[in-house]
Formats: sequence, C-alpha cells, structure tokens
Amino acid sequence: MSKNEFILEAEGLHKSYRMGATQVRVLKGVDLAVNKGEFVAIVGASGSGKSTLLHILGALDKPNEGLVKFEKRDLSRFSTAELNKFRNKTVGFVFQFYHLLDELNVLENVYLPAMTGKSVLGWFACRRWAKNRARDLLAQLGLAERAKHKPYQLSGGERQRVAIGRALMNEPKLLLADEPTGNLDSATGNGILEVLERLNRAGQTVVMVTHDERIAQRARRIVTLVDGKIEHRHTR
Amino acid sequence: MVMYKIILPTRFLLKRRITYFAVLAVALCAFIVLVVMTVMTGLVSEFKQKNHQFAGDCVVGTKSLVGFAYYEDFVALLEKADFVEAASPVIKSHALISRRGSDRKTRVEIMGIDPVRHSRATGFGETLGYHKDDVSSVFRPAYDPNLPGCILGIDLELQRDADGTYTYQASPGRVGYSVSCLPLTAKGALAQAGTDVIDTKTFYYSDNSRTGLPRVDGSLVYLPFEQAQQLCMAGSVKRANAIHIRFKPNVRLEEGCAKVASLWQSFKQEKAGDEQAYLLETVTVQSWKGYRRESIAPMEQEQTVMSVMFGFVAITTVFIVLVVFYMIVSHKSKDIGILKSVGVSNVDIIELFAGFAFLVGLLGSCIGLLGGWAFLLKINQIEKWLFDHFGFQLWDRTIYAIGDIPNQVELRVLAAIVLSAVAACLAGALVPSWQAARQRPVETLQVNQL
Repeated sequence: MSKNEFILEAEGLHKSYRMGATQVRVLKGVDLAVNKGEFVAIVGASGSGKSTLLHILGALDKPNEGLVKFEKRDLSRFSTAELNKFRNKTVGFVFQFYHLLDELNVLENVYLPAMTGKSVLGWFACRRWAKNRARDLLAQLGLAERAKHKPYQLSGGERQRVAIGRALMNEPKLLLADEPTGNLDSATGNGILEVLERLNRAGQTVVMVTHDERIAQRARRIVTLVDGKIEHRHTR
Repeated sequence: MVMYKIILPTRFLLKRRITYFAVLAVALCAFIVLVVMTVMTGLVSEFKQKNHQFAGDCVVGTKSLVGFAYYEDFVALLEKADFVEAASPVIKSHALISRRGSDRKTRVEIMGIDPVRHSRATGFGETLGYHKDDVSSVFRPAYDPNLPGCILGIDLELQRDADGTYTYQASPGRVGYSVSCLPLTAKGALAQAGTDVIDTKTFYYSDNSRTGLPRVDGSLVYLPFEQAQQLCMAGSVKRANAIHIRFKPNVRLEEGCAKVASLWQSFKQEKAGDEQAYLLETVTVQSWKGYRRESIAPMEQEQTVMSVMFGFVAITTVFIVLVVFYMIVSHKSKDIGILKSVGVSNVDIIELFAGFAFLVGLLGSCIGLLGGWAFLLKINQIEKWLFDHFGFQLWDRTIYAIGDIPNQVELRVLAAIVLSAVAACLAGALVPSWQAARQRPVETLQVNQL
C-alpha cells in the first residue's frame, strides 16, 4: 500500500494533563499512520494514553504538540465549524460505555448524527432517507426489532451495536472505537468484534483501542502504546 | 433551528422529574403574579374610574373658597367649543350639618350643582340612589317636592353591611338637615349676613350619592347650585369654585385639557380689566388625574410597591430555575459529550438548553395562568364562602368601599407574565448552559465521569 493512501497521519503527538500540582505527560511523541480501509488496534495498559490518542485522532481533543492530518489536511487548521462537521460527517465514535441518549429510542439514537447536521427544513427533506438508513443499519446489526426500545431496555451488547449504528449513520470514512468490548462479556464482545470485522471487510477504516491483546488480534495491524510512545507494530 | 433542538428539550421536559419542579416553581409564580396583579390593577383602575366619574374629564377651578367670577361667561365659551360635551359650574365649600332635632354637628364638604348639567359633565347621575333615571328632580324630596332637597354622601346616611351592601328604603325618609356656612366676600372676608356671620339653611334629604370614593361618600353633601351660592358666597358678582367639563368622546384627554387651558388663557386676558379679574389668577386647568392626584397617588404608590415586591418574586423564580438547571445540566454532562462527539457546537448546546428553558417557562407560565384565571373567576365566591364559614374577608366591607374583588384578567397582563416567565427561565438557564457548552467532551465521556 503506498503512502499516498494514508487516511490518517499523526506526527509527534504530545499531550499532557495537569492533575493537581503535577503535570502528567500522557503522549510523548506519537507517530501513527492509518491506511484507508485498514483495521488498526492500538493496545496498551490502562493509563498508557491510548484513549487520549484516539480522542486526538477524532478531533475530540487537541494535542499540545504535533499534528494530525486527515486525508492530508491538518486538523489544527480546521475552524471550529469545520471540526464540528468533521466529527459529524467524517468520523464515527464508539465508546466503551456506549453513551446513548436515554431520552431517545434506539432508532432516534442511530439517526441522531443525521439530525444534528440538518436544519428543520433540511431534516424534513431527508428524514425518510435518514430513518430508512437507520433502520437498515439496525437490521444489519440485528436490532431491527429493537428500534422503538429505549436504551435502558437493551442489553450491553445491544447498546454497543446501537452505538456502532450511530457511528456509521453518516457513512464516516473513519470509525474510532474506544474499548468497544470493554464493558461486555466475551461472547457479546466477540459479536461486536465480528461486526467491526465485517464493516472493515466492506471497506470501512477502523481504529480500535483496547487493553486486551486477544481482542487486538482481530485487527489487521496492532500498534502497542507504552508509556506514551508507540513501542511495537505488528501486522497480521 | 435544527430538529434535535426541538426533540431533546421536549424529551428532557417530559422525562426528567426534576424539571417538574422548575415548571411548578414557574407556575406558582405566574399564578401569584396574575392573581395579585389582576386584583391590584383592578382596584387601582376601578378607583381611577370612580375618580374620573366624580370629576369629569377636566376641571377649571381654584382651591380658594372665595371662588372666581365670570364663570358663566367661560361656561358659555366652553359650551360653544366643538370638543366639549358638557360643562358644569360648581360651588365648593365646607359646612357644618346637623340633623333636625339633634345637636350633633358634623363637618362636611358641600357641592352646589345643577344636577342636570353636572350629570352631563360627570358621572354624578349614576351615583344616585333614587333618581338615576330622573336627575332633574333629585333636589325635590319625594315626600314634599316643594322643600329644598339635599343629596348626602351615602355613608353620611346609611350603614354598610358586612358584605358591603347598603339597605335602602323604598324612598328617602323625611329628614331635615341644618347646613351652616361662612359666606365669603370676593375679597375673602366673612360676610355680615343678617345679624350673624354664619348663614344657616335647612335642606331635606332627597337622595344619596354613592361614588365608591370613601372620602367623598363620607363627607360630601350636594346642594342646589343657587342655594349653595347664596350660602357660601356674598357679593354682587356671582362666583363659582370650579367648572367640571366632559369632552366629546373622540377627544383625547391631554388634547382637550390643552385646548381648555388655551381658552382659559384667552378668557383671562379678555377679562383682565374687569373688577374681579384678580380672582382668575388662582384658577388652574387640570385633567381629572391632576385634580384627583392626592387621592390617586397613594393608590398608585401601593401598586408600585407591589410591583417591586413581585420583582423580587421574579428574581426568586430566576434563582430557582437557575438551581434546577444547574442540577439538570450536571446530570446531562455525558449527553453534552455525546452530542459534541457527533458534531454539535457550543452554540448549539446553549441553544438546546435555552430551548429547554423556553419550554419550562412557557409550560410553567401557561399552567400558572390557567390556574390563576380559574381562581380569579371564582375569587368572589371563594371569599364569600370563607366569610360565611370562617368570617374571613380580604377587605372589611364595613370599612373599605370595595364591592366585588376585581377579577378582570387583561390580555396584556397575561402576555407580560408569559414573556417575563420565559425571560426569567432563559436568564436562569443561561449560566449553566454556557458552562455546559464549555465542557470538553473528553472530560465528560471519560469512564470516571460516569
């Protein structure tokens, strides 16, 4: 694969947080490049900075130093509106704790990203498409019968699949998953990984963070983060 | 406006029990403000209305008991003016009255009027107990039309019941009153009328007048104009103390008063060389509001005090809403992180919670107003029930000249309350919304934030 096909590039990322009186350096110069269509797992112990790295890659956070390029465009040069649009259209997030909105039902949670990007008139113009897309995604994720349920009526695995549906709603070029199986039993977690593998086989670029080596094995490439730096790269 | 900013605030409102408290707080405040403002505004406007009825639209007059001369010429001028409906010259003075057969003397104010002219210029005719339909005969006692009649302020003659009503007889009873005055010359000196400085004449109770103004109803006696003039004023040139004027219906009060003032100035200049022109110097032209200022001002002052007090209530509402919103927003930090992760901006977050605040304000004020409206519709029945069962009255009707508690809800008051409630909620939600918008999603979505 040539270098020109990198969808995401991170160069020299540094990130530190202040915790009380001490400054905690989480990332200490991370370089990472992700090819289009790749399934990359970032592995590391708790506190190694892997979630921080994922948040920076998805423009949910900013590095103290270094830059992140998405399709050759430097995210630090994006305006606030462009960053919001980037998070809405270009990346999809899957979190360990699903993070669904309790007030919305399953279907509404899935089409939420489509709704947030549209005016009332724009929404009325595309709502049929959005609802059909959300229903299709739920069907693909095996949740067709759960569309009208509230998140609290679902199991952990089902909630995570809803979260995946939401992340995929706007057909993002990049799917970022932060410990997507971290809160699930192994059988359910396996189901979620199968979903991610299936998506990747269909061409979806996936970057997944996990502390579990066995889960990371499901990715095509594994990157190990130790003490804020990339230590080891392994490709299947 | 985007769709989720409608859906999410609506769901927050319906699904979060804590928001019911915010709605309830707003509803209670709206209820209290509506009820108190309606009653207070009603009382003030009723009081103003009564004063307006008593004085007419405009009064040309002097505070001097001596009065002013040439009033007939000015009344004639006024009656020719196209903006004047009617004008009524009036004698005003103080007197002592005593019921025939009794030694007890009571200090009263007397007003000498032509009843027909006065009822055309003011609401006088409407205040009468027995002669509403035939004002011209009001000074002719029913029991002997040849006797000189007088009209007593109702509280001088009758007692108010506990529920504020007066018990009338079928017709006024034959009662004579001795009215004693100190007649004054045009120079303000006491006239030597007969052998005594005091002029006394007997009048017979022919009717009563109920203006609803306690000071008037408790101390005013109306006498026929000419006889009052003879009692109070000595001298060859006739004098009056005031001219009450009613404008034509389409004439604005300020405009009419300005025209009367202009007419008066011309009139004064025209009379400048006349014998008693100096008496015209003390005459002023006032609208009924200015003329009755001393009565109205304390009432308006009370209304202002009430408005200030309810300003504090509004501040309390803002504080309650602020607290509730702080609690709601603190529970919503995860949702804010989620929304930001799907591309929602800080401004969108503020708008989202502003929409939520708008709904709380709108719903709360509507509930409060509906409740307040229903309460006001039944307020007099409720008061009557409380009085019948517990002896409680908002105002003691034997003391206060208040009939029914005013309960006419004004649309502009309703609109003002809704707007204020929504504004209060928006103000209360502003700070927490702004803080919510500033939250970094990575902080709110971290595991240890859950």
